[in-house]
Amino acid sequence: MRFAISLLTIIAIASVIGTVLQQNQPYPNYAIEFGDFWFQPFQWLGLFDVYHAGWFLGILAFLVLSTSLCIYRQLPGVMRDVRQYREQASLKSLRAMAHHVELPAAQPTELLAQSAQWLQAQGYRFKQVERQDGTMLAAKKGSLQRLGYLLAHAAIVIICIGGLMDGNLPLKLQEIFGQKAPELRNVPQSQIPPHSRLGEANLSFRGVLDLPEGAAGDVVFLNAGRGYFVQELPFTLRLKQFHIEHYSTGQPKLFASDIEVTDKASGKVTSATVKVNHPLIVNGIAIYQSSFGDGGSQLEFAAWDWFGKQAAPQTLNAVSQNSQAIEWNGKPLTLEFGDFRAFNIENLAEAAEVPGMAKMMQDARQVKADKKVKNVGPSIQFKVRDAQGQAREYLNYLAPFEQDGRYYLMSGVRSEVAAPFAFVRLPLDSNFTLDTFMRLRATLFDPTAWPQIARRTADKAQSEGAISAPYRPEFEQSLNWVLQRFSEGGFVALERFLDDKVPQDKRQAVAQTYIKLLQGAVIDAMAVAQTRAGLPEIALDEAHYRFLMDSLVAVSASFDYGSDFYLQPRSFKEVKSSGFQLTRSPGKNLVYLGSLLMVLGIFCMFYIRENRIWIWAGDGRVLLAMSANRRDEQTEREFAVHTDKLADLAGEHKEVQS
Amino acid sequence: MNTTTLNAPKATLAQPFWRGLKLGDHLFALVMLIAAGVAFGRYRSFMDGYEQAILLGCTLGAIALGWFWKPVRLYLPLSGLVALAGIGLYGDDLTRGQSAFWLKYVLASQSLVMWMCVLFVLATGLYWLGLARRSSTAESIASGMTWAAAGAAMSWFFVRWYESYLIGPDVGHVPVSNLYEVFVLFCQITALMYLYYEQRFATRRMGGFVLLIISAAVGFILWYSFERGAHEIQPLIPALQSWWMKIHVPANFVGYGAFALAAMLGVAQLLASRGILASRLPSYDTLGEVMYKAIAVGFLFFTIATILGAMWAADAWGGYWSWDPKETWALIVWLNYAAWLHVRLVKGWRGNVLAWWAVIGLFVTSFAFLGVNMFLSGLHSYGSL
Ligand code: HEM
Repeated sequence: MRFAISLLTIIAIASVIGTVLQQNQPYPNYAIEFGDFWFQPFQWLGLFDVYHAGWFLGILAFLVLSTSLCIYRQLPGVMRDVRQYREQASLKSLRAMAHHVELPAAQPTELLAQSAQWLQAQGYRFKQVERQDGTMLAAKKGSLQRLGYLLAHAAIVIICIGGLMDGNLPLKLQEIFGQKAPELRNVPQSQIPPHSRLGEANLSFRGVLDLPEGAAGDVVFLNAGRGYFVQELPFTLRLKQFHIEHYSTGQPKLFASDIEVTDKASGKVTSATVKVNHPLIVNGIAIYQSSFGDGGSQLEFAAWDWFGKQAAPQTLNAVSQNSQAIEWNGKPLTLEFGDFRAFNIENLAEAAEVPGMAKMMQDARQVKADKKVKNVGPSIQFKVRDAQGQAREYLNYLAPFEQDGRYYLMSGVRSEVAAPFAFVRLPLDSNFTLDTFMRLRATLFDPTAWPQIARRTADKAQSEGAISAPYRPEFEQSLNWVLQRFSEGGFVALERFLDDKVPQDKRQAVAQTYIKLLQGAVIDAMAVAQTRAGLPEIALDEAHYRFLMDSLVAVSASFDYGSDFYLQPRSFKEVKSSGFQLTRSPGKNLVYLGSLLMVLGIFCMFYIRENRIWIWAGDGRVLLAMSANRRDEQTEREFAVHTDKLADLAGEHKEVQS
Repeated sequence: MNTTTLNAPKATLAQPFWRGLKLGDHLFALVMLIAAGVAFGRYRSFMDGYEQAILLGCTLGAIALGWFWKPVRLYLPLSGLVALAGIGLYGDDLTRGQSAFWLKYVLASQSLVMWMCVLFVLATGLYWLGLARRSSTAESIASGMTWAAAGAAMSWFFVRWYESYLIGPDVGHVPVSNLYEVFVLFCQITALMYLYYEQRFATRRMGGFVLLIISAAVGFILWYSFERGAHEIQPLIPALQSWWMKIHVPANFVGYGAFALAAMLGVAQLLASRGILASRLPSYDTLGEVMYKAIAVGFLFFTIATILGAMWAADAWGGYWSWDPKETWALIVWLNYAAWLHVRLVKGWRGNVLAWWAVIGLFVTSFAFLGVNMFLSGLHSYGSL
């Protein structure tokens, strides 16, 4: 018993370790987290998979053994208790009981008969025997209480056996004896050698299978430390379609996969839809919806040159989750496409005003908040890797993003995986295209356009009387210079020049001048761009002016973009993928049976009272003794009632006699 | 040898329960059946077969509870009437919650929960006043307030359920789906269990201790809704769309409520053993007895809840046991109380060790209940802080 409690304590402590240390992560993660020094002993102790470590299973096995032994030892005693009435209990032992009473009684036989009736009415079963010293009526009730102990303990054994059946013990043993070894390489499934494959006969497993829409698979992958095993299935699973639905608030509402399962032996086809909480069970294998993702969608991009004079884009076709090599301005690059996401639901709540007490009370009274959630549309994430292996990651959105009535295309960039994306906003024109912006950008980067722009700006300035004729050449030169600087590095280039060349006390004023020049020049740059493209000039109004300013910011930001081009997502054909978990767990029913026994057992132990009553009569006397498994106030009450009744009966008979 | 009870008025035995049933019991059963019938008639289309079975089970369970513990025969119908008043005022328009006077200040779910909070805190104060002044008046008012608070929680449950459907038919669900909702449930269950023992052992002197833990939960509820806006009704994510949730969660909270109650009695017992309040509290042994009874009930329900959780996990995660942190901590809690019961029943232990153990048990339980959500990551999508 003490030993059992110690084991239980060890199990509890081991379990705590398993919850604090994330289990079954890829091994390199642990090595990074703990360093090589600790990684080795931790791995040796099996701390990365505590619940399947040899010592843990050993303790469980020991617990099963000791509980079984306990049952084995107790069983005869319990069965004896359940079956027997202990009608041969000696008067001495009855008189030694805490609850007993002895009265004179004249006609013991009748008294016993009436007592028997009384006890029977109270739900007692009894047995009456003639003994040398008189007649004994032995009665009892609630024997299930004693069985409860057996049930609860048998339940533990049964649950553990069920759990061991579903655990990976057989596989672990095969690993120890070298018959099986996990595959560590990343190779196509068909090339995985037999000693890393598990046959259809495998008793129990739990593995995952990811399928793009339209694809089929007939194996699952089982995680095993650094590597994995391939488990063969008796059927082929095909994903027809994956569905996802959202609530109006943006939370996911439904994940479901339409699947088709074809039995290999019989060819029988089962079609079904599996959802979270609604698995499909085929041949004793349960198929669960467990994850979803992008299964390689077809994408079409407009690839815009950032820095060249070229204003028109090229078309680029790609497939998400795939890599492709390209050459851009003579440089070899690899595009590594990641997730395509058709929905991006964002919470666009304004920066919360600081709530006052009244506002808080108001909020606390409402069960529905006005959330501004919005689907900002499809996005694609990808990396651009150069010949040296350096990569930057991009996140580009397909749909225009509205801000203060103006529309942009958003592109995020980062150079480290953990860093947040820095976004560039590319302004859209009144037709919701990038054409106007790109025309302007190409003109700003074209040195032959600068004198033309400068001339136009100077003309305007002179006609408005802002500059005088002698000052004009200098003004044009300044414009040219500012445009050139800007095309070399955006606002940052101008700033760098200020820092290097202009005394500190003048910088502010000079900077103001540059900005003014640029703001004036960009209007004319746009006009020049339009004229060159054979398009009418755009009337300068508030909206157009904002567009031009946004364009300057975007062009300036392109110097930090880290790529010579921008991939504008233009269209897509989505292919989703669904992650299934497949489980075979024959021990499940045993575990459920054990659980049922456990509940029954606990109920019996706590809520059924086991009472025994002996009534002995002989020698002109009657003796009542009672034993109960629990000594509490109800026991006292029951004893009092029985004593009363016996006194009544004995009294009656005395009267009859006298 | 104990014959003194013979002098007491003639003792009677517990009869088979149906013979003890009176008119009130039958009326109560009738009211419950009618209520369930109406709910079934009106909302059948929202329920699948399992949910209809749960409705039937709940109705029979409520009738049994009322027969077993008589005050429930008033408690349930009265809370139901209050809830009906709220639902009637809403009609089919959620915005009436902000315009109709009675909804705004009393009957909307958020108003009810505020009343519950206020009443629990006042009751705590009065129980302590009663203990300090030996005032049975204060104690009986406190007891009444606790009943009222538990009633507000029951009405809250129904009104909130209705409100969730007003937000959107696809949003509607029974309010046991997140940490905020189950905290209200926790307060209600702990209070009702306490009230049962209060009546059963005919003493109101334990109230101050038990209501302290409820007040702590009330503090959490207020913080959680004011700071985090947790009271807003959210739709159910796919993992929670399961009828298992509807029984797994409440069963768990009977367990948590009972363990919390036992721990507070453990505190009372420890104080009494040092002579603090000893003359005012129920006897040391009575405290121990109630503590044992609470843990026994809690253990039974916690076992059932854990098993239901395993069956749910088998549907949702593809395995009845995944050593997910929440599951594992449930096992630790379970082992802890199994050991507690072993030493009491098998070894016959009594006294301060068990009291300390029950108090520590509350910390283990709280970690399983809250700490896991805060500090550990796992599959439980349920109520992270
Ligand atoms: C569910 C609640 C449980 C109750 C109420 C309970 C009750 C008991 C009782 C009454 C005994 C005394 C047997 C005797 O020595 O006469 C006992 C012994 C024992 N229990 Fe439990 N038990 C429970 C759960 C468990 C669990 C979970 C385990 C371990 C996994 C366990 C393992 C043992 C062992 C090993 C003994 C010692 C048997 C021996 O020494 O012969 N029990 N238990």
